[in-house]
Amino acid sequence: MTLEILGISVLWIFLFGYVIVASIDFGAGFFNAYSLLIGKNHILTNIIKRYLSPVWEVTNVFLVFFFVGIVGFFPQTAFYYGTILLVPVSISLVLLAIRGSYYAFESYGTRGHIGYTLTYGVAGLLIPASLSVVFAIAGGGYVDVIDGQPVLNYWTLYTSPFAWSIVVLSIAAVLYISAVFLTWYAHKANDIEATKLMRKYALVWAAPLMISALGIMYEMKSINSESYSHMVNLWWMFAISAVLFIVTVVLIAMRKKYGLAVGLLIAQFAVAFFAYGIAQYPYLLYPYLTIYDSFTSTQMAIALVIAFILGLCLLLPSLYLLMKLFLFNKKYVTGKEDNHA
Amino acid sequence: MINESAVYWSRALTELTLSFHIIYATIGVGVPLMIMIAQWTGYKKNDEHYILMARRWARGFVITVAVGVVTGTAIGLQLSLLWPNFMQLAGQTIALPLFMETFAFFFEAIFLGIYLYTWDRFDSQKKHMLLLIPVAVGASMSAVFITIVNAFMNAPRGFDIVDGELVNIQPFLAMFNPAMPTKVAHVLVTAYMTSAFVLAAIAGFRMLKGSKHVYHKKSLLLLMKIGLIFSIAAAVIGDFSGKYLAEYQPEKLAAAEWHFETEGKASLVLFGVLDGEEVKYAIKIPYALSILAHFNPNAEVIGLDQFEEEDLPPLYIHYLFDIMVSIGMFMMLVSLLYVVGKARGWQFIHSRWYRWIIVAGGPLSIIAIEAGWWLAEVGRQPWILYGLMRTPEGATTSDHVDLMLLLFAGVYAVLAVGSIVVLVRMFKNNPIEREIEDRHSEKGGDIL
Repeated sequence: MTLEILGISVLWIFLFGYVIVASIDFGAGFFNAYSLLIGKNHILTNIIKRYLSPVWEVTNVFLVFFFVGIVGFFPQTAFYYGTILLVPVSISLVLLAIRGSYYAFESYGTRGHIGYTLTYGVAGLLIPASLSVVFAIAGGGYVDVIDGQPVLNYWTLYTSPFAWSIVVLSIAAVLYISAVFLTWYAHKANDIEATKLMRKYALVWAAPLMISALGIMYEMKSINSESYSHMVNLWWMFAISAVLFIVTVVLIAMRKKYGLAVGLLIAQFAVAFFAYGIAQYPYLLYPYLTIYDSFTSTQMAIALVIAFILGLCLLLPSLYLLMKLFLFNKKYVTGKEDNHA
Repeated sequence: MINESAVYWSRALTELTLSFHIIYATIGVGVPLMIMIAQWTGYKKNDEHYILMARRWARGFVITVAVGVVTGTAIGLQLSLLWPNFMQLAGQTIALPLFMETFAFFFEAIFLGIYLYTWDRFDSQKKHMLLLIPVAVGASMSAVFITIVNAFMNAPRGFDIVDGELVNIQPFLAMFNPAMPTKVAHVLVTAYMTSAFVLAAIAGFRMLKGSKHVYHKKSLLLLMKIGLIFSIAAAVIGDFSGKYLAEYQPEKLAAAEWHFETEGKASLVLFGVLDGEEVKYAIKIPYALSILAHFNPNAEVIGLDQFEEEDLPPLYIHYLFDIMVSIGMFMMLVSLLYVVGKARGWQFIHSRWYRWIIVAGGPLSIIAIEAGWWLAEVGRQPWILYGLMRTPEGATTSDHVDLMLLLFAGVYAVLAVGSIVVLVRMFKNNPIEREIEDRHSEKGGDIL
């Protein structure tokens, strides 16, 4: 394995981590706000808060890790993506700022404040929509290089069915992932009402997820035939992902093994996410930038890899402790303990 | 190709984001240490008040951390969005500490989550207190790594440029650059100092508002002691920073001190105004600049005359220097008088006017932090990477930066107001008297 492949794999894994934890997080915030609007917050708020509270800051770090890491391993991305993403990522940043701080204001400050709850619920749903545009841009077709400077073609981007399919997929995925996870979490907490409601949401969002995913593949054909043919060659990965999806939905529908359903869901997204990533290989920004011509020096790459391994030695036990105390601790999950400062 | 308007607005937006972020970042670095000291004191003295202090500070801290995290994410991405050419170069040379910072931040975030949600969960108090160590270490290490990147911008090294290509990259040499020791130390101790004085200001304010509870007295004395120690440390390290500048960035020192002519036995200019090249109404301390620069009253200090006009930072940074140093000295004096006065039984430190001074110390310390960072950043101009890349060369060529400035200004305003409202409400609705009462009724009054 070359250092380039190692670097992009590590980053892709962390980005996948962000996709999962952030989806659960943003979806939970949205369901919480939605339940407030339809007067069902007495069912959902407790269980959602219980999950979200100790982990929200950790979620954000996955994203920071990704964008700092990509500038480290592939410094030229700073030039290309930095220049073209000024407006789209600034919008994401604004939403992230609103979401993160209003979540904290509501949870630690004025508990149950309706305005704050709605604000962070809605902002959370818009973040994946705004961030996912980057995937569309990476696929190619929206960037021109003029006098050596990359320029984003806003009009083509915002009128592109491909970009909009990705936006729709991201929102559907957030709501689906979050609903499946919370179904399991509520079930674990012996909260029958919340389980019932979250299960319903999970089933509702399964269909839009699949439709938008198929839509993207269809659009891809005309946008970037090179990646499309790669994707066709990787058909078996997408097939595995589809099977995992079907089994998850069946389990949820039959009210069986919610824990296993969460595991299969993560596997489904992992397989699809990596298949998509592999299909883009070797491009970071089609057709201008590949992982090879943008890679940093060997010395820096080795230093980063060593730092990464040492960092993981510190991080994995800490993450394990966090999960042990809050995610897999029956007493905490069922709400028998409340030890908030 | 340089887009002049993009350069201007990129500078404005970066300045805005940093100026806003640094308030929350400074508190974020310093307060965990305060919480740890308070909880440790409470544990050692078996005094519930200090434990409560830690708990209440932790509660407020979460709000400031949230704003610090989101604005930190903003500046992290804005570096690439506004300075893509610079970040392309920085990515190749100084990516290592940036990368390490995310781990420090990760570590802090995880343990902060655990700490906040495990009050009274463990059998032993000590176990819970130990969770603070990774929080405080993570917070301080974040500051260390990020400051290393900033130090690198002032004293880049660890690579060679051959035919316009970066070669022979040495990540560790880049990290341990000459600017790093003084810069990192100064940022850390001033963060601790500022956090102590901000918390002291709150305690002082509650006392002025009529609270007679001994809790505030304990907290004030503890914070004044901490503030005193770190303000002395800040002054000593500041002196070393002067020596670093004299050696490596003499024009920055000369501009900050309005030192026009290269000469020995140089005197230090404090305050004053500039009329052409003439300094008016200033206090001049003989030999002091030579001592600051070289530890030697007779040493020659390089003046502005040795540099081309186009390589000099703007001379208004002298005012920033004045503000930073005077506030630092003033706070050292305030805390010194308080600590000595407490031991000697001086009455004036309990007077209303002295309390008001302590209250003013909070915002003043924040102003000193701002002035210090403006001095550091404006003083490095016209370079974004000292001697290698001028600021306009590093900037984006995209349009719409001005619009982004408006957008972010709006968001920061919302965050500032939001965080202040939430914090005020949080502590107003639950003053210490009520919290102690609640705890007693809860536990059947078996503590204290």
